[in-house]
Amino acid sequence: MREISCGEITECICKMCIQAAHFLSPDMEDILQQAKEKEIAPLGKQILQQLQDNLEIAGRDMIPICQDTGMAVFFLEVGQEVHITGGGLEDAVNEGVRRGYTEGYLRKSVVRDPLDRVNTGDNTPAIIHTRIVPGDKLCMTLAPKGFGSENMSRIVMLKPADGIEGVKKVILETVDLAGPNACPPMVVGVGVGGDFEKAALMAKHALTRETGKHSEIPYVEELEKEMLAKINDLGIGPAGLGGTVTALAVHIETYPTHIAGLPVAVNICCHANRHVTVEL
Amino acid sequence: MEYQIQAPLIEEEIRQLRAGDYVYITGTIYTARDAAHKRMFEAWQQGEALPIDLQGNVIYYMGPSPAREGRPIGSAGPTTASRMDKYAPTFLDLGQKGMIGKGRRSSQVKEAIVRNGAIYFAAVGGAGAILSQVIKEAEVIAYDDLGTEAIRRLRVEKMPVIVAIDSQGNDIYEIAQQEYRK
Repeated sequence: MREISCGEITECICKMCIQAAHFLSPDMEDILQQAKEKEIAPLGKQILQQLQDNLEIAGRDMIPICQDTGMAVFFLEVGQEVHITGGGLEDAVNEGVRRGYTEGYLRKSVVRDPLDRVNTGDNTPAIIHTRIVPGDKLCMTLAPKGFGSENMSRIVMLKPADGIEGVKKVILETVDLAGPNACPPMVVGVGVGGDFEKAALMAKHALTRETGKHSEIPYVEELEKEMLAKINDLGIGPAGLGGTVTALAVHIETYPTHIAGLPVAVNICCHANRHVTVEL
Repeated sequence: MEYQIQAPLIEEEIRQLRAGDYVYITGTIYTARDAAHKRMFEAWQQGEALPIDLQGNVIYYMGPSPAREGRPIGSAGPTTASRMDKYAPTFLDLGQKGMIGKGRRSSQVKEAIVRNGAIYFAAVGGAGAILSQVIKEAEVIAYDDLGTEAIRRLRVEKMPVIVAIDSQGNDIYEIAQQEYRK
């Protein structure tokens, strides 16, 4: 067994929170640059330039890219030969979030109860999805999620007879309804198949993929390309003020499903599609 | 068109602005988002005094990230305005003149804008670092316990916004999307 201490995990998570709030990954920076070149609307181009300037200021002056530094969502892949020492894994993650959001001057956006709505004051608890995988590594991905775009996400339980056309309709309708509220240009994560929560989880996980990289399944890759083109024909544009770049990428994940079902989940992310992965 | 305007707002001035105009706001504005709106609305229902005078004022729908030492505020971009739609018509009827946020508004808000000669500006969502720089002073003036959702008084200099819904009810989100929709 390989040992990893909770202290090491907490330290790492703390840094990841601060990193994600101030710097986008290179794939996102590249795709925003390409978007500015592609956009034909003058105001849209100006807004995309403003977003690039915003990224520069964020990194230089250490001001978060967006004030909504999100709810901290984690995908953890724990090697089955890893022994975590010195406490509980989830406690270590939450301690890292607590420290990262406090030391990094990040916004505390979490309330302790969905109805009494008292702020927890330290952005915990995080949302933690854990998988046990072969090996002796711990792979941690953080995708802090802002709720402007999260609120515009949807899940629909289609019938098998609805087929691929039904899936396309759900994706397009969701983006059209989201419009300016989701801070376009957006990244669209889609989960097709599985069951109710598996579809939603795939949609969220799809957002952590390298932006613009396509699915390895040929028909899914085609679907991603077709959906991106159709979304950009909606005219929503940067900041929803009209234009030809409404989405930067569409990422679709699929999973086997039941003979009676065709779940489709669409998780929308704004242009600040923040994600950081670290392997211990 | 590009304009420079002062806040608090003067009705004659904002009546000249049209959806799609680029505007730089200088002066004093207030922040309030979900929790502060709910609390102010409940105070009004109980017949209590509001913590700010709404007359002619602009409310920026924004909850900032904490300020680092030596700075007035942290990241400070707009939040989705439609969550305030339940409260906005009442506040506009009480004299509030301007709103800054992002995204579409309800028909009730549009009607209240037209009825009161008010205006809704959009700031660019997710440009919180840039918007932080136009805020020169920030002070919590009410509901301190709400943390980021407290009401703040801000002094802004040339804050860049776009007229989203003008005093006649023209809506840039409808107009602009139609122009580029295939």
